[in-house]
Amino acid sequence: MTTADKPSSAPPIRVLVAKPGLDGHDRGAKVVARALRDAGMEVIYTGIRQTPEMIAEAALQEDVDVVGLSILSGAHMVLVPKVVAALRERGVDDVLIVVGGIIPPGEGKQLKQHGVAEVFGPGTPMNEIVDFVREHARPRGG
Amino acid sequence: MDSASGGTVGAPDEARGTDPADSRTVELAARVEKGDRRAVARALSVVERADTSSRALIALLFPRTGRAHLVGVTGVGGVGKSSLIARLVTEWRRRGKRVGVVAVDPTSAATGGALLGDRIRMEELLADPGVFVRSMATRGAGGGLARATIDATRVFDAAGYDVVVVETIGVGQDQLDVGQVAETIVVVEAPNLGDDVQALKAGLREIADVYAVNKADTGSTDRTVATLRAMLALEGDRDWNPPIVKTSAATGEGIAELADAAEVHLAWLARSRRRAARRRERARAELRRLLQEQLLRDLLGRVGDPDLTAATTAVLGGTDPYRCASELLRRYHG
Repeated sequence: MTTADKPSSAPPIRVLVAKPGLDGHDRGAKVVARALRDAGMEVIYTGIRQTPEMIAEAALQEDVDVVGLSILSGAHMVLVPKVVAALRERGVDDVLIVVGGIIPPGEGKQLKQHGVAEVFGPGTPMNEIVDFVREHARPRGG
Repeated sequence: MDSASGGTVGAPDEARGTDPADSRTVELAARVEKGDRRAVARALSVVERADTSSRALIALLFPRTGRAHLVGVTGVGGVGKSSLIARLVTEWRRRGKRVGVVAVDPTSAATGGALLGDRIRMEELLADPGVFVRSMATRGAGGGLARATIDATRVFDAAGYDVVVVETIGVGQDQLDVGQVAETIVVVEAPNLGDDVQALKAGLREIADVYAVNKADTGSTDRTVATLRAMLALEGDRDWNPPIVKTSAATGEGIAELADAAEVHLAWLARSRRRAARRRERARAELRRLLQEQLLRDLLGRVGDPDLTAATTAVLGGTDPYRCASELLRRYHG
């Protein structure tokens, strides 16, 4: 190791923001994407109507630390476990998964049993999401 | 951060300045060479970090590079680069080629964050295991982007991708000089995007090997093509005359012709021995840049903060900045 090669500062947290399923309401996802970017993260936004396979594939290729799913269609109990399964199928088992949308508390608990780290409902303050991601994203360098 | 000590396996560390690879890096390189997609993804993150483990990784992968066709796709914002690349990749896949894409978007100077949206236009490529798309943020100015992008193409090259596409908004400012990375440069233009002084200003026309005049479905590309032809005519006959291809990412028009044009250019490069000459130029430019970066780091590491503060105070006190800089240089570098 040469002495001049100082360790660089920690690379930015990389987040995939994705909308699985058929609802096309992506304003919330875009607002969250922007807030995360403004917090210094690299946000990959993939657009609406993504299949679980597409989301998992994008997460793999982009080597993200965090996958954020925005679901307003009510199909979260079907879609989220499928995304988690598709991620695991590809060996992507160390990403932080968070979900935003209208999710009843009981179902939120079930999602957490499926590997979701946190569920954010409507009206969640943006800094709450940013802080959670920053605190829980997998440490880089591995 | 990876420790450089312990578990050193078969790494070429006898040459001064070569970083020994730890066993994890050695394993990662081996998986990349087998084309393991998860390993490719990790390796791309490693080279983006530009630390000692990234240098060790490139040292391992470098002997396996040099086979891929490196294609730069550039053009001002809004000409449809991402959509065009999606089509072009599909065409290359039809021709049996595996394709890696590096899509570069700017990092916000204010926050250090970035919103990378090029994937939106490439989503139909996601189901194809012969395609790998990676978004990359510029992460600040200087040589860092060139380094990360060049090394990213090396990862794809070593992993056996036949074509590696680098998408950027081109040259100038803090942007990457695409000529440092690519062998064949496709400059994308589109009608109705301001006057063509914009494209001249961006310096894109000096570097084009192939022109794609995109959005041909909007029916107004004739004038753009005519302008390009007139401009090329002014330059007279050169050893390579960049072809102009009308394309439409919306309808697929001209995509096969564009893929042909890139292949013809590569064949010409090889036939005319330009490929070797360009490699030589790129290698030289890269060495120069690496030397600059290293010297700069060394020098700034040596100039102590107190001296810099004193010089700053002197400038504010009326001594001109050139003189203060010269004095600092004399002391630390003279």
